[in-house]
Amino acid sequence: MASTKRPEAQVGLMEGPAELPRKNGELVFEAPWEGRAFGLAVAMSERQHYAWEEFRQRLIAQIAEAEACGARSTYYERWLAALESLLVGQGMVTAEELDARTAEIAAGEREEHDHH
Amino acid sequence: MSHGHHNPDPEPYPALRVRAIESLLVEKGLISSDAVDALVQLYERDVGPLRGARVVARAWTDPAYKARLLEDGLAAIQELGIEGMKSQLVVVENTPTVHNMVVCTLCSCYPWAVLGLPPTWYKSFAYRSRAVIEPRAVLREFGLELGDDVEVRVWDSSAEVRYMVLPERPAGTERLSEEELAALVTRDAMIGVAKVEAPALV
Repeated sequence: MASTKRPEAQVGLMEGPAELPRKNGELVFEAPWEGRAFGLAVAMSERQHYAWEEFRQRLIAQIAEAEACGARSTYYERWLAALESLLVGQGMVTAEELDARTAEIAAGEREEHDHH
Repeated sequence: MSHGHHNPDPEPYPALRVRAIESLLVEKGLISSDAVDALVQLYERDVGPLRGARVVARAWTDPAYKARLLEDGLAAIQELGIEGMKSQLVVVENTPTVHNMVVCTLCSCYPWAVLGLPPTWYKSFAYRSRAVIEPRAVLREFGLELGDDVEVRVWDSSAEVRYMVLPERPAGTERLSEEELAALVTRDAMIGVAKVEAPALV
């Protein structure tokens, strides 16, 4: 039942370690990329490329892993790792493509339109 | 401040990585950048009041919880794991004969732990002053016309006591789950300037 619903409510109601960082009840993005990473994960679920629960489980796993080894990564760094692992795990992108594209963007070799 | 002229402000790795992911997903036709834009905006604006909506949906579906909520709002929201409330919370129930609305005449006290950030109009001088003097006129401007048989009660928030309205459960929603009900509840309904509408397709 929950999986047939749009993920909106499920995303906002996540609890425990996966709970979204908020200030005064509103979502807090420390940098534009965090909002982007958030929007990408939710939008992919909206398009039914995966169920929100699958993402949530990856996120919980990433948080647990980071905590276990004392990593000082932020919530959205872990969120990003969860998204990557899910996309790669489901074969939507490969790790090689991602590395290559990241390098191209870092080198200024791609004309990406600016979102902000 | 960096003054390198090639790349004066190199993006942090996660920012590059997110751009790489988006670029690939768009290229593969899995997602559009517009869809991502829309979602980010939606969440930045609207997700705040979801906690309050969860409280309302629980009260609608669990009479014992509703009784505890009306008795001691703060304890009842803490039952649902909602923290961050630094004052008392009084929850007032709308019925067919009583309509409650919340204002803060002095400043902009607001139960943000359950409702997110207050809307701009809540802080406006016009709302703060007129809600007490002519509540029916204010409600009418929000599109809410109340019959003469309905008593309007206005609750003035303070640093010590904050108020939240428990709206009436709309007719025709008997078969909805708690989660589906929560999705119907709006911020304005919990401030008391709107009613909760039943979904069109029930």
